[in-house]
Amino acid sequence: MEHALNELGPIAVHKVSYLWLIPLFPAVGAFINSLFGVRIQRVAGKRAVHVLAIGTMTLSFLVAVRAFLEMYSLAPDERFLQQTLWNMVSAGRLSFDLGFALDPLSMMMVLIITFIGTLIHVFSTGYMAEEPSYWRFFAYLNLFVFAMLLLVMGDNFAVMFFGWEGVGLASYLLISFWYTDIEKAKAGMKAFVVNRFGDFGFILGLFLLFWSLGGVWAQRADLRSLGYTPEIGDRAVPEARNPFLAVGPKTAEAHEREVKIGPTLNFRELRDQVVIESTGVAEHLKHQVVWGFALMAVVGILLFVGAMGKSAQLPLYVWLPDAMAGPTPVSALIHAATMVTAGVYMVARLSYLYALSPTAMGWVAAIGVLTAFFAATIGFFQYDIKKVLAYSTVSQLGFMFVGVGVGAFWAGTYHLLTHAFFKACLFLGSGSVILGCHHEQDMRKMGGLKKHMPVTAFTYLVACWAIAGFPWASGFYSKDEILWKAFTARDLAFLGHSAPWLGPAIFVLGILAATGTSFYMFRSYYMTFTGSYRGGEGHAEEHDEDPHAAHAAPHHVTAAHPHDNVDPDAAQGHGAHGATSHGAHAADAHGHVVHGKDDHGHVHHGGAPHESPLSITAVLVVLAAGAILTGLLGIPAAWTGHEPLLERWLSPALPAEVHFAEFPHSTEFLFQGLGVGAAIVGWFFARLLFKDGRSPVPAQLKKRFFGAWTVVYNKYYVDEAYQALVVRPSLFLARFLFWFDQHVVDWLVNFVGWLGRFVANIDGAIDKYVVDGAVNAVAGLTGEAGRAMRRIETGRITTYLYGLTLGSLLVVLFNFLFR
Amino acid sequence: MAHVNLSHFLVVAGLLFVLGLFTVLTRRNAVAVLMGVELVLNAANINLVAFNHYVVGGFGGQTFTLFVIVLAAAEAAVGLAIVLSIFHTFKTIDVRAADLMRE
Repeated sequence: MEHALNELGPIAVHKVSYLWLIPLFPAVGAFINSLFGVRIQRVAGKRAVHVLAIGTMTLSFLVAVRAFLEMYSLAPDERFLQQTLWNMVSAGRLSFDLGFALDPLSMMMVLIITFIGTLIHVFSTGYMAEEPSYWRFFAYLNLFVFAMLLLVMGDNFAVMFFGWEGVGLASYLLISFWYTDIEKAKAGMKAFVVNRFGDFGFILGLFLLFWSLGGVWAQRADLRSLGYTPEIGDRAVPEARNPFLAVGPKTAEAHEREVKIGPTLNFRELRDQVVIESTGVAEHLKHQVVWGFALMAVVGILLFVGAMGKSAQLPLYVWLPDAMAGPTPVSALIHAATMVTAGVYMVARLSYLYALSPTAMGWVAAIGVLTAFFAATIGFFQYDIKKVLAYSTVSQLGFMFVGVGVGAFWAGTYHLLTHAFFKACLFLGSGSVILGCHHEQDMRKMGGLKKHMPVTAFTYLVACWAIAGFPWASGFYSKDEILWKAFTARDLAFLGHSAPWLGPAIFVLGILAATGTSFYMFRSYYMTFTGSYRGGEGHAEEHDEDPHAAHAAPHHVTAAHPHDNVDPDAAQGHGAHGATSHGAHAADAHGHVVHGKDDHGHVHHGGAPHESPLSITAVLVVLAAGAILTGLLGIPAAWTGHEPLLERWLSPALPAEVHFAEFPHSTEFLFQGLGVGAAIVGWFFARLLFKDGRSPVPAQLKKRFFGAWTVVYNKYYVDEAYQALVVRPSLFLARFLFWFDQHVVDWLVNFVGWLGRFVANIDGAIDKYVVDGAVNAVAGLTGEAGRAMRRIETGRITTYLYGLTLGSLLVVLFNFLFR
Repeated sequence: MAHVNLSHFLVVAGLLFVLGLFTVLTRRNAVAVLMGVELVLNAANINLVAFNHYVVGGFGGQTFTLFVIVLAAAEAAVGLAIVLSIFHTFKTIDVRAADLMRE
């Protein structure tokens, strides 16, 4: 962090020609499967469908690895692979290409996406094996990966935004994958609409940024007085003719390193002009004010609103838990490992912009830590295993935003990486459990699964270690780095006022959230895997106390409804999906179709839970290994004396300069100890209360604090608040507008229509009698004249010769007479 | 013996022209009509030669006349071919029969 900004030069672009292949392969897979998937599946079987999907993913991953190797061979500050396909829009000052760029940051993202994406495709072959619209699922998955790759690889905001919307679309399609179930369809719609709120902020921020860079030109009189006026495509002007463009070092390669100043959507051009101090752009942006607010704070916060939607931060997180309605591999791929991290990626990508505004940074970090804490508390009391993981994801995303918010961009990104592994592992583990328990998601009906599903249990435990932050698992390194940086951050500001207290405050709340994380994750582990199996029975004691059904939110989707006499699964999977489960389980080697001990009228429940097929367990093992091994990338400097591998790798892509307070290593060790302590405390209480499901304490505590429990169990009634404050008013508005449309607008339209017809009638009469009359008269006259004249045309040559002679004589006569 | 001058030639040519024109206008036989056309052409020839001899001098008129004779031969060939075609079509060479263009 010693180098000052002005020492950074423009990015050296390394042109390559194969980047487009990385997103192309999944796009081709999605294209073929979506158009011909039905036929392929019917003719060649499901195998052909997933071979195609996984094949394209693998190819994509291999190309990404190829790019990684090429990037690795370059000098650190030259690691920027770029490819421009063609110019998409060129209008006035706005010009952008379909171009791809990989710097260390997006390289990391691409590797995560393609690697974990491939694994999840493999997992899906096992999980979705009984799904009739198998092809549709894989087409959507490929489409998602394509959009996500666009998002991270786009070299300008426009391509990124296409990807940004594309993943939203794919997420919508996948959440409502079982669209015959109205609740799931609603969940997909909810995700889409909530994301739309965020995207609105994002695009406003984008406009404001573009506009303010245009303002740079207006203010830079010195450049204009030198005779340079910005024109379309000015970056094509060679440096020799436009010396004012080049402000980089005057070296031999200076002609490649010209810096464009002015409005741009291109990340590289943006980064160059902001990061290189001699352009004056950063200074200018920092002091610009719009509507009484610091410009960069407004831009930063608006862009962050987009991130809040996509990455499920307060208050736009509500869609993510409902998104669990989608098939579990989707939850793992989209709602844990990749898409939800798009917001974190975006903030890290624009680190140099956020570094200009302590207020925006403080905002990001504060929202992040509040989300982390808030979601963790909701996670305490959920019974649906996927809901626990969903709130855990929201909470971990909060941690990532704390990281990027306090200026430890690499640490936030690192948590993104480690989280991708352990959360994918947890989600797929839960998927394996759900499959093993015959589509049961309620942890109260699980228990003791360790005996039946040893591989799943072990990998789930490993991922729990990682997420809780026990040493030597990856989560420990990333989370402690974030919290440590939060504690030492001094540059933050709160609403424009410098706030050195903000960092430590974030640390305190963060460590509480970390304790909570450890607690609810181990709670889910103990409830699921220890004790005895409660499937199909044995949850009677919970019945009397569960206020859930009474307060059922209109949007509850996958949560089990223990009060209802209907089997919880019947409510959630029977539309398109449950019907197939019969066949699924009949074909299963365990042979449990209808079981005697089934006292709930379950149709396809009962029977011992079973371990999942190899395609699932193998993926779990790989991900669990990743959850441990990615820790090696972030061993802190305090231990080894040199900066962590990942920080060194990412540093060229994260040029922002943020100051942290200096503390001796012993203090850092102390704080790492605190982090471990938090993990142990959470684990201890989880073990005490939930191990083997024997302790009566949870039930007693619940009785004691029933009011508070109810509030938290129902997620603080946030969904209900949304319903009352946003959904109802907008529905009311929609109905009013509908009425207005029906009565006022339609009346106007009808009146105009009637008026038009009236005028047309008059016009028609005029046309018929005046205009047509004239035309007919002319035609009739011509006809009559023709009829009269044809008499002289005898067709005999002699007649004509007479005429000729007569005419000649007349001419001669005229000559004589009128000489 | 009266001296032959330009007006004698012009009178002969005029007579020849009128005779030719009369032939063309009155005869129904297509071949006869063609013969009339020849007369008209030759009337013009006489004029050309006469004017050249008495007014202009040199051999321009004579040269023109030679061309006209050649042209007349070609015209006769084409004309006879047309007559033949008319005969094929109408089984007669009466010019009154060839009035298909009338309607």
